[in-house]
Amino acid sequence: MKTIQELEEIRKRTLETINLRKDQTGTRVVIGMATCGIAAGARPVLLAIMDEIKKHNLSDVIVAQTGCIGLCVYEPIVEVYKPGQEKVTYVKVNPSKAIRIVNEHIMKDKVVQEYTIGTETK
Amino acid sequence: MEMYRSHIMICRGTGCSSSNSEQIAKNFEEQIKIHGLDKEIIVERTGCFGLCALGPIVIIYPEAAFYSQVKPEDVEEIVKEHLVKGRVVKRLLYAETVVEDRIKSINEVNFYKKQKRIALRNCGVINPEDIDEYIAFDGYKALTKCLTELKPEEVIDIIKKSGLQGRGGAGFPTGVKWGFAAAAKGDVKYVLCNADEGDPGAFMDRSVLEGDPHAVLEAMTIAGYAVGGTQGYVYVRAEYPIAVKRLGIAINQAKEYGLLGKNILGTGFDFDIEIRLGAGAFVCGEETALIASMEGERGMPRPRPPFPANKGLFGKPTLLNNVETYANICNIINKGPEWFSSMGTEKSKGTKIFALGGKINNTGLVEIEMGTTMREIVEEIGGGCPNGKKFKAAQTGGPSGGCVPAEHFDVPIDYENLKAIGSMMGSGGLIVIDEDNCMVDIARFFLDFTVDESCGKCTPCREGTKRMYEILEKIIDGKGEEGDIERLESLAKNIQASSLCALGQTAPNPVLSTLRYFRDEYEAHIKEKRCPAGVCQALLQYKINPDICTGCTICARNCPVDAISGKRKEPHVIDQSKCTKCGICMEKCPFKAIARG
Repeated sequence: MKTIQELEEIRKRTLETINLRKDQTGTRVVIGMATCGIAAGARPVLLAIMDEIKKHNLSDVIVAQTGCIGLCVYEPIVEVYKPGQEKVTYVKVNPSKAIRIVNEHIMKDKVVQEYTIGTETK
Repeated sequence: MEMYRSHIMICRGTGCSSSNSEQIAKNFEEQIKIHGLDKEIIVERTGCFGLCALGPIVIIYPEAAFYSQVKPEDVEEIVKEHLVKGRVVKRLLYAETVVEDRIKSINEVNFYKKQKRIALRNCGVINPEDIDEYIAFDGYKALTKCLTELKPEEVIDIIKKSGLQGRGGAGFPTGVKWGFAAAAKGDVKYVLCNADEGDPGAFMDRSVLEGDPHAVLEAMTIAGYAVGGTQGYVYVRAEYPIAVKRLGIAINQAKEYGLLGKNILGTGFDFDIEIRLGAGAFVCGEETALIASMEGERGMPRPRPPFPANKGLFGKPTLLNNVETYANICNIINKGPEWFSSMGTEKSKGTKIFALGGKINNTGLVEIEMGTTMREIVEEIGGGCPNGKKFKAAQTGGPSGGCVPAEHFDVPIDYENLKAIGSMMGSGGLIVIDEDNCMVDIARFFLDFTVDESCGKCTPCREGTKRMYEILEKIIDGKGEEGDIERLESLAKNIQASSLCALGQTAPNPVLSTLRYFRDEYEAHIKEKRCPAGVCQALLQYKINPDICTGCTICARNCPVDAISGKRKEPHVIDQSKCTKCGICMEKCPFKAIARG
């Protein structure tokens, strides 16, 4: 038999995994997953991001994919959309960079400047 | 639970299942495995999304991409493009959601925009076979609140204040009914759910049970607490196998979690629910017949009073509500009676689910606020008649209801207004009739149903409906005579006044309401031996226009009974004594020289 507290825990836990079916207001992380992105290693990046989100129990973040952005030379590309803020585009991302992006940008609002498209293409 | 970046929601309601949605779900699972995505993407089987005309439906989150009429062979493309590469397959999207440069969200399209999904809130959103998902969307919160914070009489008070009326058809105030059952004295009290949905074309109860079974179980448990009942039964038709299965799963899960059974949530309250299967007799939707059937007797009604609230199942006080009524309860408890009564019209509160069928583009299930007009339902949500035909009427309330003619399409729909124009809310079947339908034929269709379903216990219903049916047959066969309309009317009044139960009392409604608004069609059949809509075979004649006919002989060669004769390159003629009015000649004529009339 479940107690009322246990019911509340089930509610919280399950909601975290299924609330992406509701209207989204939080952060969107978009990964370029066209042939160029996949060839450059976008999938391990995507998995690393998902793992990190799960590890920290982040509920208001969704992970989406997109096709080719046109900058194939800089793939894997990850874009982070935070509500009310400019889009930030990270290029040549690998799993360890991805983990830093989640920890600093998504969780603490600190853009990882050195991985952004502005820095990389200078 | 694992974290998934994408959820694939596949409708496994009866509609989409019959067009192979299980195979689609299996293909998705297989393809996702092939592409190594099974750790990141989950396939969920859900209840009905409502837009049954475009099934099978698949919705993929987080994009909320709405794929319609998906075929099992489309799955590979969706997985390769959408899930692997993030490119939505526009070709397969519901066309309404695609605008030039972006995809509209579901709530922006006409079909959903005007809807207010309260009883259907979880249908298509959760996996109905997973109690955790129901709990996540505030499931069993209302029960917790009732058991820990509210006294039984306070619960009843909330339901009374909300203004909720029985959604099964009659519209009796639910809170008042609960009050009667609570006041009744008895050592045992029963709480029943009427899921014996029988109106032709109505399937909202089925969809709620298939898509959100826990909502009904939770509400029944609350009802049990409010009226002092300890045992609940859901009486559901055996013809609803998916609903029965999911209900069974839900009951077991609720028991496992201690949400049914002894000492619920440690509060000391006991309540249990069992399923009873009905054999699909329409009359068993009537409460006393339903109870008789559950007791193992033949499903026949008995006179009231005593009402079931005092003397129901096994002679004990019994509360009986419809599925859709129960589906509203938890929301009312959670959000308060004021929230519920702020929706709707002055006298009819909340929302109502309608099953759209007949001559309409978006066949399916819609939930609208009371007070929405028929025009909004049929034209905006329903997308109008196919092939640009004109509306003639909408039939509501099934065989107990009547028709709303096009001239009343701007009347706000609620219990009172529908009654005033000679129809009724009923369980919510809504059949759209266009210019190609004959109203006499429609009336006969519904009467045929009630003649068939009459249990035979009382004479007015058993004999009266049969006699009415015979008169209609006669009219349709071209043998109608002066006085038939009056005979129909007098029979109808007698049957209404003297039948034992609602089945008989309402059986003449389809005839009376078509007579009220389409008397001219009846008169054309009787006096002119003509069917204005061109439906009644016996009153039709196929004729070849000699000015257009080129003598190509195609009609003569295609006629199955050799009723057409004529020389090559000369106009042909149809021998009316041989013609069976099958219409093949008209279909085959390349010059449109054959007319029906």
